Amino acid sequence: MIVERKELTLLEKTYLPGIAQGIRITTKHFIDTVTGRRKVTMQYPEEKWTVPDGYRGAPYLVKDQEGRTKCVSCQLCEFICPPKAIKITPPGPSVNSALGGVEKCPEDFEINMLRCIFCGMCQEVCPEEAIFLMRDYSLTGESREEMIYHKDKLLTLGGTHQDAIQKWKKKESEAQAQAPFH
Amino acid sequence: MAEIASQKAPADTPPPVEMVRVRINDMDVDVPKTHPDPLTGKPVPTTMIQACEQYGVEVPHYCYHPKLPVAGNCRMCLVEYGLPALDRNRQPILNDDGSPKVQKMPRPAIACATPISPGMEIYTDSPGTIEMRQSVLEFLLINHPLDCPICDQAGECKLQEYSYEHGQSESRFVEKKVHKPKQVDLGPRIMLDDERCILCSRCIRFSRDIAGDDALGFVNRGSYNTLAAYPGRSFDNNYTLNTVDLCPVGALTSKDFRFKMRAWFLKETKSLCNSCGTGCNTLVGTREEVIYRQEPRENNAVNSSWMCDYGRLNYKWQSSENRLKTVTAMRGDIREVLNWSQLLGEIIPRLQRFQPGQIAFIGSGQMSTEEVFLFKSLAEKMGGLVEAYSSSGESDRLLLNADRLPNTNGLRIHHFTTSGQISPSSTHISEGIKKGAIKALFVIREDVTAHGISIDLLESLELLVVSDIHRTPATDVAHYVLPGAAHFEKRGTFVNVKGRIQKFMKAVEAPGDARPEWEFLHEILHKATGQNGFSTIEGLFNLMAQKVSALHGLTWASLGDLGVQIEIPDSR
Repeated sequence: MIVERKELTLLEKTYLPGIAQGIRITTKHFIDTVTGRRKVTMQYPEEKWTVPDGYRGAPYLVKDQEGRTKCVSCQLCEFICPPKAIKITPPGPSVNSALGGVEKCPEDFEINMLRCIFCGMCQEVCPEEAIFLMRDYSLTGESREEMIYHKDKLLTLGGTHQDAIQKWKKKESEAQAQAPFH
Repeated sequence: MAEIASQKAPADTPPPVEMVRVRINDMDVDVPKTHPDPLTGKPVPTTMIQACEQYGVEVPHYCYHPKLPVAGNCRMCLVEYGLPALDRNRQPILNDDGSPKVQKMPRPAIACATPISPGMEIYTDSPGTIEMRQSVLEFLLINHPLDCPICDQAGECKLQEYSYEHGQSESRFVEKKVHKPKQVDLGPRIMLDDERCILCSRCIRFSRDIAGDDALGFVNRGSYNTLAAYPGRSFDNNYTLNTVDLCPVGALTSKDFRFKMRAWFLKETKSLCNSCGTGCNTLVGTREEVIYRQEPRENNAVNSSWMCDYGRLNYKWQSSENRLKTVTAMRGDIREVLNWSQLLGEIIPRLQRFQPGQIAFIGSGQMSTEEVFLFKSLAEKMGGLVEAYSSSGESDRLLLNADRLPNTNGLRIHHFTTSGQISPSSTHISEGIKKGAIKALFVIREDVTAHGISIDLLESLELLVVSDIHRTPATDVAHYVLPGAAHFEKRGTFVNVKGRIQKFMKAVEAPGDARPEWEFLHEILHKATGQNGFSTIEGLFNLMAQKVSALHGLTWASLGDLGVQIEIPDSR
């Protein structure tokens, strides 16, 4: 496609109307800012930006309404993580019955927030809806070790997820409801 | 006449197997009429699944296993088939072009248990077959818990694979699933999850027919059909972990591997078991320099598809705290850490200071064949007495051998010991030290204090060089300690009790400063004799094969993955 260039009028060729328009806009901004009609600077960090819905911040782990750790240590997020920020220590063969029907949950779950690129692959791949990218975007620490978040910290930061399925609870109650047969 | 002649043929030459022409989908193929039975070896009619397998046509299956008797209970291998049509006089009906007319059978058959017959047509990808597979899978998944995120089998699960390839994406089952027992403690090494079991009975058949310990069976009926050990019996024979390999789903799990690592992270390395002389072929599963499991690798000349639990779980010593990780020398009462070049610079002149006969060399059946070759060459150069000891335990009727060293025959092919014997202990070295005739000892991979040479005798030596992988009483008093590498940490060969030379590959790095023995032996030999000729294990093996009569004509490459049978001289 060929775009035809419009021939400029004589007035336009002098650039004077353009300069005048520019000066008008600049003057308007200047007056608005000086009189306080418009604010352009946010007083960060005292003032924080409100992140929009669907924002992808730092990934944290969640618990269900009754406090069960949702993560089952399947290690798919560890597998998919592009910067290799996640490291999971699986629990091994010992059975911990204190977990309310939970068969498996990680011994430790580390996310290196210095490596994490907030891409959201972990959330997408998680079969248990146990990890979510939340609204935190500014993480700070005084050492590298501090920036590797472990399981307890991730669960505290992640909080509770209103889980519609509650699979461990469902399994346990279904098994209890059925007639014993063995 | 021909029939009579074939009957009179001697029994040790099997008669030529008659071939049968069948058609698999659109492919005309010739298949032997019989196959040897997996247990008895007697010829039994070839089944459809064997014919398909021979020509690379996949028939999905769960209960069928080529090494086990046929059960035919999973129904996954259902296929449609056709047979030549016969008229009322039992004569074949011909098409217009003269070919026999094939009539599709009204009902399908299980490919694992239906023998082939001449002119049969097998349809593995007809619409009916595909629909049947889908339906069988739907039934199998009715009570399956879909535990994949926590199941150890995920990633190598036949139920996952076939659901993906042949199943449906959604479940139509709206009723409640039957919940069967979970975390059932079957035995010391096996944990059972009955919900995941698809009742294929492979484990039952293996335990009964191969392991000879009929410990498992099904109880209850219908949806409540459950795998269980007989009441009051523990499933604890020495082959239980093979049922974990056989289990097509994640029902039988190894307590040793359970919830330790996901299968897709494991790097699998072809290796050998070093726990006895049988030399079972293995796959070592590792991730980030940690060994997570050993599994048998099929080799029909050695271990079929199995290995014993004792050998399979005998890998933890590789990562023990007791490993030697530094090169050390005794300076007075203080043990000083050296590097390899310092150490080699010191010990070679010290070894050369002794007269022939004043120095003795003690090797071990844990050394690889190449290391034995180098050590023997060094001993011949220095003119010393050479000794190695045997180690034995109880054998069983299947795989575990009484000889608990992986490479006793590797010592034999090099005529390693001066006496020609390999016995649990001997006195001529301890006598020699007592008399003062032997003043120096070079020991590799052997705790000599367990074989009749006491600590006092070792302390009286002028020079004691010990290479081992673990700390032993002998390494505590040695003048020089050379940390060696486990067979997981290097490449090499072992010769098993039946005289099969087999390769093992490197799965993990040796810890700290530890090095493969063949590397430092090569350097010592090179510096002591000025002879060189190889810098890799391939070159070393090929050189050894030229010099050792039992290995003539072999090369590292010609060993392949499954090894080569050789003649063992003087196999007493």
